[in-house]
Amino acid sequence: MLCYDEESALLPNWSCYQGFGVIQAETICANLLGGVWCAAITHPTVRMSSPDPKHLPSTIVREDEGALVSLAKRGDLGAFDELVNRYERRIFRLAMNITQNREDAEDATQDAFMKSFQHLAEFQGGSRFYTWLVRIAVNEALMRLRRRRPNVTSLDEPVQTEEDLIPREIEDWGPTPEQRYQVTELNSILSNAIADLEPIFRTVFVLRDVEQLSTEETAGALGISVPAVKSRLLRARLRLREKLNRFFEQRKPA
Amino acid sequence: MNCKGLINEISAYLDGELGQETLTEIEVHLKRCKDCRLIVDTTRKTIEIYYSTQPLPLPDDVRERLHTALIKRLGRRPNA
Repeated sequence: MLCYDEESALLPNWSCYQGFGVIQAETICANLLGGVWCAAITHPTVRMSSPDPKHLPSTIVREDEGALVSLAKRGDLGAFDELVNRYERRIFRLAMNITQNREDAEDATQDAFMKSFQHLAEFQGGSRFYTWLVRIAVNEALMRLRRRRPNVTSLDEPVQTEEDLIPREIEDWGPTPEQRYQVTELNSILSNAIADLEPIFRTVFVLRDVEQLSTEETAGALGISVPAVKSRLLRARLRLREKLNRFFEQRKPA
Repeated sequence: MNCKGLINEISAYLDGELGQETLTEIEVHLKRCKDCRLIVDTTRKTIEIYYSTQPLPLPDDVRERLHTALIKRLGRRPNA
């Protein structure tokens, strides 16, 4: 039974595996744990290349990912540890961006890695491991967001009007507006702008433009249609542009 | 193509998803509309700025809790 079929647009159906995956994973771990997990391994940081929309989806994949996944599938915790180290920052950022709550983001991150290991046998390699992991993490994060804010976290199609799209702030930002800020200050500006978006727009933007999933991958992760992703992404980008305008508009000479 | 039409297509334009006909209409409009040029430019920068940010290292306490939890949960024997 493939509950995490990466070709499917369906979200995980946990009810279909209570027990089996867990027992299988834990049996393997019990045999192979041997302290490997605790080994202090240093890993080069995953760096993205400079912005180039044509290469977005591949920037976070490294050549050895498939080998690591194969080893992890056979129960090699060292290989899985490498995958965790490689993606923990991105998955935590994703969970923070969706839940806007640190405790929920931590829990979602832990559960996403845990469940990815438990269900690794169902990952067939037809998609990137990272994309598959993101789908699990999104599900975990959304579940916690809905639990905390049940009345405002519907991912159903919102009422959208043409007025949503009318730009109000039209200013020149200059060539590199982000360089006017220190890194921590810039991160805070960017995070706050995302936090102000409704979850329905925030989640799509984060998957497409922060985590760099394709439109199809984003649709699959959220269980919504490709046109719905595009419509929400357009609104999210335009709203963020408006929110960032007051920080990035070029100061006119006095 | 008017300003409203351009705004509707701005995302597809920046993602390089438009057919030649719409692309040409947009480029013709951009040549004569300064406001739309600014909107396209600042929307592109919005995407690029988010795109180029790197995730911060996990705070030590978060990383420690994550790895401790995974050791505990993956290392536990069934029904133990």
